[in-house]
Amino acid sequence: MTSQAATEYEKYYVPEKSKLAVCATIGLILSIFGAASIMNDMTFGDPEESTYSWSIFLIGLFFFMATLFSWFKIAIQENIAGLNSAQLKKSYVLGMFWFIFSEVMFFFAFFGALFYVRTLVGPWLAGDGDGGRMNGILWDGFEYAWPMMQTPQEAVGGATEQLIANNGAFTSAETSMAFADAHAWYAWLPMWNTAVLLTSSLTCHFAHTNILKGDKSKFNLWLGITVGLGIFFLFLQFMEYYEAYELFGLTLNSGIYGSTFFMLTGFHGFHVFMGMTMLLIQLLRSVIGKQFTAEDHFGFEASSWYWHFVDVVWVFLFLFVYIL
Amino acid sequence: MGDHHHGPAKGLTRWLFTTNHKDIGTMYLWFSFAMFILGGFFAMVIRAELFQPGMQLIDPAFFNQMTTLHGLIMVFGAIMPSFVGLANWLIPMMIGAPDMALPRMNNWSFWILPPTFLLLASTLFMEGGAPAFGWTFYAPLSTTYAPPSVTFFIFSVHVLGLSSIMGSINIIATVMNMRAPGMTYMKMPLFVWTWLITAFLLVAVMPVLAGAVTMMLMDIHFGTSFFSAAGGGDPVLFQHVFWFFGHPEVYIIILPAFGVVSQIIPAFSRKPLFGYDSMVYATASIAFLSFIVWAHHMYTVGMPVAGELFFMYATMLIAVPTGVKVFNWISTMWRGAMSFETPMLFSIGFLVLFTIGGFTGLMLSIAPADFQYHDSYFVVAHFHYVMVAGAVFSMTAAIYFWLPKWCGRMYNETMGKTHFWISFIGFNLAFFPQHFVGLAGMPRRIPDYALQFADFNMMSSIGAFIYGASQILFLYNVIATIVAGEPTSEEKVWDGAEGLEWTLPTPAPYHTFETPPAVK
Repeated sequence: MTSQAATEYEKYYVPEKSKLAVCATIGLILSIFGAASIMNDMTFGDPEESTYSWSIFLIGLFFFMATLFSWFKIAIQENIAGLNSAQLKKSYVLGMFWFIFSEVMFFFAFFGALFYVRTLVGPWLAGDGDGGRMNGILWDGFEYAWPMMQTPQEAVGGATEQLIANNGAFTSAETSMAFADAHAWYAWLPMWNTAVLLTSSLTCHFAHTNILKGDKSKFNLWLGITVGLGIFFLFLQFMEYYEAYELFGLTLNSGIYGSTFFMLTGFHGFHVFMGMTMLLIQLLRSVIGKQFTAEDHFGFEASSWYWHFVDVVWVFLFLFVYIL
Repeated sequence: MGDHHHGPAKGLTRWLFTTNHKDIGTMYLWFSFAMFILGGFFAMVIRAELFQPGMQLIDPAFFNQMTTLHGLIMVFGAIMPSFVGLANWLIPMMIGAPDMALPRMNNWSFWILPPTFLLLASTLFMEGGAPAFGWTFYAPLSTTYAPPSVTFFIFSVHVLGLSSIMGSINIIATVMNMRAPGMTYMKMPLFVWTWLITAFLLVAVMPVLAGAVTMMLMDIHFGTSFFSAAGGGDPVLFQHVFWFFGHPEVYIIILPAFGVVSQIIPAFSRKPLFGYDSMVYATASIAFLSFIVWAHHMYTVGMPVAGELFFMYATMLIAVPTGVKVFNWISTMWRGAMSFETPMLFSIGFLVLFTIGGFTGLMLSIAPADFQYHDSYFVVAHFHYVMVAGAVFSMTAAIYFWLPKWCGRMYNETMGKTHFWISFIGFNLAFFPQHFVGLAGMPRRIPDYALQFADFNMMSSIGAFIYGASQILFLYNVIATIVAGEPTSEEKVWDGAEGLEWTLPTPAPYHTFETPPAVK
């Protein structure tokens, strides 16, 4: 006999068997093997050989992307087929939330590095405090300022003059990305970037309120604008990198200032690209696939959380990389 | 599809394509045991070299590769996956869930591991050899002076982190979302609690490790200067980022072990766990403290005195919740109707030896004293008391405890007890003398040593060989149990065991709790 409780209980859908995990693994392992080989050919070996490495990397990456594509497709089809109970949907919500939390912690590592360098390492290298006792021997003449426009190596007269092991030439930038060094306020790209990204967060929110009202056409419009702003942000970021490399002399080799600048903005830019792609896919699902209703639009919701997260990271970036 | 109560698929695809938490748990456990044997083999090479002073068998460069791979494989390949395997098997059964929350991702988390460790182990055969900078891979050893295989190591760590994060998200979603009606948080078995907190730690610190290896990658290949003072960075920055991950990591390893012991000791004391609530709060406190003590691994790098003091006091605080736990376990046993089957023996072994490891940890937390102990064999002895007698003993206890439930067959008790005593004696013979040689000044990670350390090192090596050999007995016992152990169909394999998993038939069916049980 079926009890009352058993009939009311929504069955938690456990997929039977799935090739997805194994395919994703093959793609992932091939692409990391390829990527590592490419870098090793570049640094330690013969770049001529890297054609093989590139092939392995690209085949792996393609395989990985194709698997992820079909993975999400299957997950969406299951939802459309009505397999997902309210409880299962909550698992996806929790999954997305904790995934974003892990991303926060990834940025935390790089922000942590930035704060550590700015508050402790820089002054020590310049001779301040207990940590600074070696300054006179190792980095004589180095003075600390942020943005660091002269590396300790250049302060002592270049890589050949350096007393400790030489692990590369760290040249200094001519101009920093900070506001003070920009030529005119309207030419200061980070400000425009901030405006664009904050606006896009707002338009993303408008898309959300409209899908909640069930207004699909306005939803599509605002979501489209959000994706457009995301692409515009990436374009501006590309311009800024061009400016840094070609005009300001700021590169990955420009000591810790260049390192932190490019790693923080670079990873952020990569996340913008990911978020923009996610939103674009939601837009295509909505416009072409006629998906999403006022009640069921988790794909969009999860992407929008990601988008807001990327936006918040930018606010911190703007403050600590450009302004302060 | 409807209601299906069928068993597993046949053949290899059962394992490759499975979404079943029990299959995945089994794969995790066997994989981790394989890694335990491999990492153990590297340890045997190390101990063979250290059997006598002077250079015996291998050259120093290879010795360094052995210590590095031993550490990496044991931490990331053996201990962590073994507890994930246990979590997979037990959490759904303990909270009355049909499976893990995200079953396909669960399978992916597992399948990332074997090829990644294959890649990591293959670095041994690469030009320049395997990574040789220790499992902590301090810069600049791991950047400026690293062999080319470091790039493969870096990407391996990236995807291992991916696997851990996905596994942890799965556990968090399962525990938060899949508990049977009535299974409130404060009714959860302690093993589930410790894993929930562990999973949170993993999601929080694995990305930081990814950040650390990414900075290494950029320094090696793309000219950044995170860990180079010449460019305004700092090699010590690496240690800060690494240990921000690394200290929570050791609790990631030990908290599930606490959970296991908290299930086993009550079962064989035939009493409920003493101080359940305080156990939960103590676990959470340890997890919180793990985020603010990382620099106690780096007292000798030249931190400001204020930093040394802060990290010293914060570290000492950990002794409080840990002490709460130890006293709770002892109180659980107090006046209990105790019996001493193999799982209980390993749990008591855990309790005694882990406490010793905890005390040496307290000694190491004292910054001025640590200047003497730092990077000596004392540290090696300390963390092996926590890692081996802590994590591995409790894992072994867990296998003996739940294996009859999983496969419906009883292991050979005499062989189990023999395994315990050989392990216990071998372990102590291997690691207890290392306290003495460490305090007397023998540095770790060096293939040769001064003559006065010869006797203790020989003892240590003999003990290590005994401990290593006893694991073969363990493997034999487990296989013999699965293949030809005495069948049992009692739901409660152990009369004192409590929890939802013991209400299921024995052996546990392929699908369990497809409709959630009612929890009072």
